[in-house]
Amino acid sequence: MYIFDILGPVMVGPSSSHTAGAGRIGCTAAALLGERVAEAKIGLHGSFAATGKGHGTDRALVAGLLGMRPDDMRIPESFEIARREQMKFEICEMQISGAHPNTAYLKIKGESGKVLEMEAASVGGGRIRISRLDGIDVSCSGDKPTLILNNVDQPGFVAGVTTLLAQNSVNIATMNLYRDKRGGNAVTVIESDQEIPEKIIQEMKMVPGLLKVTYLKGGDV
Amino acid sequence: MAYRSLQEITEAAGKQQVPFWRAVLLDDMQERTVSEEESIHMMHNMWSAMLDAGAAYDGTLRSGSGLVGGMGQQMEEYRRQGNTLCGDFVARVIQTALQMGESNACMKRIVAAPTAGACGVLPAVLIALYQDGRISDEMAVESLYVAAGIGQVIAERAFIAGAAGGCQAEVGSASAMASGALVHLGGGTSEQIIHAAGMALKNLLGLVCDPVAGLVEIPCVKRNVAGAVNALACADMALAGITSRIPPDQVIDAMKEIGETMHVSLRETGEGGVANSPWARDLRL
Repeated sequence: MYIFDILGPVMVGPSSSHTAGAGRIGCTAAALLGERVAEAKIGLHGSFAATGKGHGTDRALVAGLLGMRPDDMRIPESFEIARREQMKFEICEMQISGAHPNTAYLKIKGESGKVLEMEAASVGGGRIRISRLDGIDVSCSGDKPTLILNNVDQPGFVAGVTTLLAQNSVNIATMNLYRDKRGGNAVTVIESDQEIPEKIIQEMKMVPGLLKVTYLKGGDV
Repeated sequence: MAYRSLQEITEAAGKQQVPFWRAVLLDDMQERTVSEEESIHMMHNMWSAMLDAGAAYDGTLRSGSGLVGGMGQQMEEYRRQGNTLCGDFVARVIQTALQMGESNACMKRIVAAPTAGACGVLPAVLIALYQDGRISDEMAVESLYVAAGIGQVIAERAFIAGAAGGCQAEVGSASAMASGALVHLGGGTSEQIIHAAGMALKNLLGLVCDPVAGLVEIPCVKRNVAGAVNALACADMALAGITSRIPPDQVIDAMKEIGETMHVSLRETGEGGVANSPWARDLRL
C-alpha cells in the first residue's frame, strides 16, 4: 500500500469503496476491453447490491465504463450521459458464491463486438481487485503496470514471456498463472515495477501459445 | 512500504537526521521509484484538491436521501456572529469538517483521507490554520506526509475501513493522522508526532460504524467533527510534553483487536447502533 492509497484518491463521494472503487472497476473493465463500450450487463453482489444505490455505486460503475475517472464530477449524471452516448446498460442484483461483499460482475461488449467478462471487488480506500476474467479466476489490482496474457497452457510459454521482459530490463513484481484445466485456456498476470513499452508488447505476440495480450498502465485508472 | 510501525518511522528519521515527514517522503520515493519532485507534486495535488473541496461547499445542497446538508452553513453563520463557546478557530474547524462531510454525502469531489467517510477530519484542521496564515502551502504538504505515514502504518498493522474495524478505523485513523500533522506544524518532534497520533486514536477506540440506512451521512458527517477537534486537543497535549502511556503502535494493535471482536452489526452493515434506533428504523427513503 502506497501513501497515496491513504491520502487519496481525489474522488466524488460518498464512499471510497462503494463509489470510487466501483468507478475504478468500471474504468478498468473499459481499459481492458480497449474500445468504446456499447453494451454492458452489470451485476451487483453483497453490500454493493444492498447499499449500492444510496452510494451511487450503479452510477459510478456506468461512469467508469464511459471512461470517467473516480474524480469526474459528471458521475452523478452518468446514466443520462450513457443514454446520450448510446451505451446500453442493465443493472441487476446478483449472488456470487464466495465473492467479496463489494463485488461487481461486468459483461461488456465493445463497438467492434469484442466481449469482456470480469468480476472485481472494491477492497477499501478506492482500491480494487480483479477476481475473475473471461471465466478464469485471477487476482490483480491494476495499481502497478499489469500485463494480462491469455494463452494456451503449454510448456515454455512462461519462459518465453519472462525472457523477453528480462532482456528489456523489466522487473517482475508479482506473477500468477491460472488455467481452467491442464493444457486448456490459461491466464498469466504479471505486475511489473516498470512500464512495459509497446514494442515489447508487440514482440510478445510472437511467443508460441499466446492468444491475447492486454496491458494496463500502472495507475491508469 | 518499508515501515511497519510508527516507532520505525521515528527511528528512520532519527538515523537519517531528517524530520518525520521527510522519512515518509523518502520511503515513498523508494517504494514507487519516483523522484522527490514527482512525489511532492502529487502531494501538492492532494492539498489543492482539499482546498478546492472546501471552497466548493454549497450549503443549499442536500444528499440524495435528504438527510444531510446545510449544517456547515448553519455553523458558519453562527460562528460569524462571534459568540461561540469554542472561539473562532475551533468553530471554523467544526464548520469545515461538517462542510467536507456534507459535500461528500452530496456526491461532490473530496479527498479520501484515509476514507471518504472520514474525509473532513484532516482538511478541517489544516484549512483553518491555512486561512489564518499560520501555515504555508509547503508546510501543509509536509504535514500531509506526516499524516500519510501514520495512516499507512495503521492500514498495515490494523485497518482503515469501517467494514473491517468500525468507525475507529476511519475517523479514529483520520484523527490520529491529523493530530500527527498538527504536531509537525506546531514544531513538535517525531516522538511528539507519534504520541499525538497514539492519544488521538486511543480516545476514539471502540467507536462503531453504524450508518443509518447504510449511507455515509448519519452519524458520519458529525463524527468528522469529533475526529478533528480530538486531533487538535491531542496535538496540543503532545506539544505540551504529554505522552501516550500506551506506546502508540500498541494503541494501533489494540484498535485491531477491538475491531476484530466488534460485532458485525456495528461494522458498516447499517444494522446496529444508531442505525437500529427506532427513528432510523422508521425512516422511509
